[in-house]
Amino acid sequence: MASLVGSRVERKEDKRFLTGKGRYTSDINIANQTYAIFIRSPHARAKIKKIDTSKALKSSGVVEILTGEHIAQDKIGGLIAGWAIRSEDGSEMKCPANPPLAKDSVNFVGDPVAVVFAETLDEARAAADLVKVDYKVLKAVSNLSEAMNSEAIHDGIEKNLCYDWLLGDRQKVKEAFEKADKIIKLDINNNRLIPNAMEPRACVIDYNTASEEITCYTTSQNPHLSRLIMSAFGGVAPENKLRVVAPDVGGGFGSKINLYNEEIVCSWASKKIERPIKWVAERTESFLTDTHGRDHITHAELAVTNDGKFLGFKNETIANLGAYARVFGTVTPTYLFGPCATGVYIMPAAYSNVKAVYTNTAPVDAYRGAGRPEATYTIERIVDKAAMELGMDPIEIRMKNFPTEFPFKQTLVHQIDSGDYVAGLNKAKEMADYDGFAARKKESESKGKLRGIGVTSYFEACGIAPSPVVMMLGCGVGLWESAEVRFNPTGQVTVYTGSHSHGQSHQTTFAQIAADELGVPMENIDVVHGDTDKGTFGMGTYGSRSLTVGGIAIVNACKKIVNKGKRIAAKMLEASPDEVDFKNGEFVVAKSNKKKTIGEVAFASYLPGVRDEVKSPLPEGDEPGLIESSFFDPANFSFPAGSHICEVEIDPETGHVKLDKYTAVDDFGTIVNPLIVEGQVHGGLAQGIGQALYENAQYDDSGQLITASYMDYTMPRADDLPNFNLGFTCTKATTNPLGVKGCGEAGTIASTPTVMNAVINALGGKEISLPATAEKVWKACKEMKKSNAKAA
Amino acid sequence: MKTFNYHSAKDVKEASKLASSNSAFLAGGMTTIPSMKLGLASYKDIIDIKRIKKLSGIKVSGKTVTIGATTKHSEVASSKDVKKAIPSLAALAEGIGDPQVRNRGTIGGSIANNDPAADYPSACIALNATIHTNNRSIVAEKFFTGMFETCLKSNEVIEAIEFSIPEKSSYQKLPNPASRYAIIGVYVAKHKTGINVGVTGAKSCVYNDKDLAGALTKNFSSSAIDNVKISSSGMNTDIHASSDYRANMVKAFAKKAVDAC
Ligand SMILES: Cc1cc2nc3c(=O)[nH]c(=O)nc-3n(C[C@H](O)[C@H](O)[C@H](O)COP(=O)(O)OP(=O)(O)OC[C@H]3O[C@@H](n4cnc5c(N)ncnc54)[C@H](O)[C@@H]3O)c2cc1C
Repeated sequence: MASLVGSRVERKEDKRFLTGKGRYTSDINIANQTYAIFIRSPHARAKIKKIDTSKALKSSGVVEILTGEHIAQDKIGGLIAGWAIRSEDGSEMKCPANPPLAKDSVNFVGDPVAVVFAETLDEARAAADLVKVDYKVLKAVSNLSEAMNSEAIHDGIEKNLCYDWLLGDRQKVKEAFEKADKIIKLDINNNRLIPNAMEPRACVIDYNTASEEITCYTTSQNPHLSRLIMSAFGGVAPENKLRVVAPDVGGGFGSKINLYNEEIVCSWASKKIERPIKWVAERTESFLTDTHGRDHITHAELAVTNDGKFLGFKNETIANLGAYARVFGTVTPTYLFGPCATGVYIMPAAYSNVKAVYTNTAPVDAYRGAGRPEATYTIERIVDKAAMELGMDPIEIRMKNFPTEFPFKQTLVHQIDSGDYVAGLNKAKEMADYDGFAARKKESESKGKLRGIGVTSYFEACGIAPSPVVMMLGCGVGLWESAEVRFNPTGQVTVYTGSHSHGQSHQTTFAQIAADELGVPMENIDVVHGDTDKGTFGMGTYGSRSLTVGGIAIVNACKKIVNKGKRIAAKMLEASPDEVDFKNGEFVVAKSNKKKTIGEVAFASYLPGVRDEVKSPLPEGDEPGLIESSFFDPANFSFPAGSHICEVEIDPETGHVKLDKYTAVDDFGTIVNPLIVEGQVHGGLAQGIGQALYENAQYDDSGQLITASYMDYTMPRADDLPNFNLGFTCTKATTNPLGVKGCGEAGTIASTPTVMNAVINALGGKEISLPATAEKVWKACKEMKKSNAKAA
Repeated sequence: MKTFNYHSAKDVKEASKLASSNSAFLAGGMTTIPSMKLGLASYKDIIDIKRIKKLSGIKVSGKTVTIGATTKHSEVASSKDVKKAIPSLAALAEGIGDPQVRNRGTIGGSIANNDPAADYPSACIALNATIHTNNRSIVAEKFFTGMFETCLKSNEVIEAIEFSIPEKSSYQKLPNPASRYAIIGVYVAKHKTGINVGVTGAKSCVYNDKDLAGALTKNFSSSAIDNVKISSSGMNTDIHASSDYRANMVKAFAKKAVDAC
């Protein structure tokens, strides 16, 4: 049987998704369900003086209205930050309480204060209009750069500072900078993004009054984690009385990692009102209350020699946490960011300093790439600036500072097991026809256009594991992954995984790897995920970890199956287990050339008795059945890397940036399914390009989100994007048996700096902030023209 | 959404009779329905006019193109007749919103709504349109009276819009990157009788830029525009474009339009 790993198998999911047969949370209806509408703060910052529900309670169809008072009475806990980050001075981070319904104060527009349950959605809406909330409006802190000098939003959190974190060695950096020929300085933003999953958040809760079990169907990237938090911190129900199901989920991008207010409130309330509850976010609610991404202000410096060698790097960053610290909120701008800030380079000295602050805006958390895009943007922009100031070619300066020996101990944290950065950049250079750029630039100029080329080389740290490391860094849980592989007596296989697929195509990829391990046709393998009642446990999907951690747990469980199968086969074939080889789904004894298929062995494993010619095949000490599980905790993060090159053409009359060519060369280690990987890269590129050119979440001074709909929040569209030119190099990860590295975030990480480097290259080095909107680019073109005229 | 009465009018007379200050005609619904959903508008009566056959269709005579009020943007965009008579008008329709919007939105709804960033109003100005209603015929310059305002009475139904076929014309639009409405759109049309430059998106209401038209009357070339000063005062400012940028873009897109004529 040919190996399935590496082949372009069509997605098992396609039929369901493309024919409208997906089953999303909002497709689920439970008899007798009520409908929830949340009443949300229209103010960014206010004290709640009084909530009057009397009129609303009398409104038609209303079942119940609950507020923060009820939450407090029932001692329902709030939302939490999953990682404890310490400041440079050793002090603990400061996090405010985040009750699921605000009781005393609201801290961003959209912060929920009450909830109406009614017989119909319209009745719930009508009643919600009648709930009167009396606010004392306070001055909002909405501007990130002024947050530390503004009034404290949360009692006891001075300067609105959660922590002032440092990674690296200030003294070493100082010494390195003293030796430098030149110090390159850069001030940049990293614009705030709204994840915009196609499926809005939703939950459907079913409380069983007899068993006292709550079932919560929800849009989650990690249902087990949601159950854990809802139980351990929310106190909604013990874990054994709480089932969380995340069925088909239409995109997450990090925004569905968190357990949200609505899931806690509805789960708790369903038990209270003894009715099922359905809540589906409207798009505006998604804009206002899904966790947002990025939002940094950074000052960075790079110390270089005149011939382009890097001596040291530092960054001082202010990161916006929004109103509250959520699950990955505190780690995203620290351990997911700082270690990557020195990029793919040998950097003798470095530090990364991050001040995370609270503002009266939606909570900011992990968004595709989480920290690594921000880091890569910083280093790749400053490296380009260095090249420009030193008069070097951007590829040359990168090549000069790449490590060539692996494992490579990166400056700040990571020990990178494998890679070949030179090969990746060379391949990208060739595929992008880098050398032909000058001619294309000339041609653009002949049409009155400007053309720029941008290069980025990146690495990222994926998997967000091993547990001992992440726990040492402050994570509240271990980030292993589990799997269970079950053979049915008649030979089909069900794979239970703790990873969760919300666009990643696990049903296909995981079936491919299990098929290879077990020698069973892919059609006979089902992958089950997303239900805490099925499968062991799971830490969920984010950080490009599903294959590198979850996939390996499957491989290991399959290996255990094969091992048990060998023992059973040995007995059946009258040999000793070490005489049995397993290949292509068959257990073979070489000396006698007798064999049994894995299906026969599975069947036998369930029939441990004597009847006709079947004689108890179970070796002594083995239990019946062919079911194995595994928890996998890798030895290290995995480190995908690559180089991207793009070209833009700018119309100086209008500032319009046309993305003309885009080449991405990535090293994801072993590629299980190129079709799926290419899809992941395409989607990632679109999102990173979106950040570079279009997307920008903006709040006004009073803390109102002014980009709260698609009329104002610009998403990248198909016609904004060129055909992507993709290439791959492969150095296998040495930390897992498949050699895989993870591919989900790379496109997003690399494309933002690639595009911005190209835009700024076209503008002759003139800095502009993210995103490069037409007006900003037009202004820069005008200034460039002026300074060119002066120079002439 | 608040409740409302839905009527499907069988002819213009009935539609007009049902109308009041608290009603809306339902053509494409691409403005009315989202506004109702978002709670920005509510009506007692919704009067569907899509079943009135005579309101839809495209007629071309020697000098004019007449488009029925409920003709969809996609129909104008793909009409061979429009493409032949006034290619820039078909191109304008092709550039509205997205396929879903074009498959529902109508020309009558667009101009009745008179969104300051809508495309069609600039065509009406540039192409000396006459708006035919059930009561009267109104020239475009008098029809558009202000932001989201026209001279239409509440019971007045637009039946058709009659455009003069120009010698040359072009519409050039800088789309809002998010909504794809016009940040600015400039419609340049050269008629035997004179030149019009319909500008949308720039101010609170579409207008005919007399300075640009004047310069082009003297010399119909994009270089003639170089020396025209366009003031940013009175121009819209929002997160996508400042008034200064808009003023400059009116000029840049006027030049593009002239070059494309
Ligand atoms: C996502 C999106 C993007 C869009 N992008 C663009 C764009 O790029 N450019 C652009 O120009 N437009 C754009 N539009 C607007 C759209 O093209 C329609 O033109 C507009 O919504 C109105 O047309 P309608 O037929 O849908 O009118 P409706 O919503 O049905 O009605 C709008 C108003 O017009 C009145 N009305 C309708 N027909 C008549 C009539 N015959 N007589 C009198 N009054 C009438 C109604 O009473 C109502 O008040 C966009 C809309 C959406 C939703």
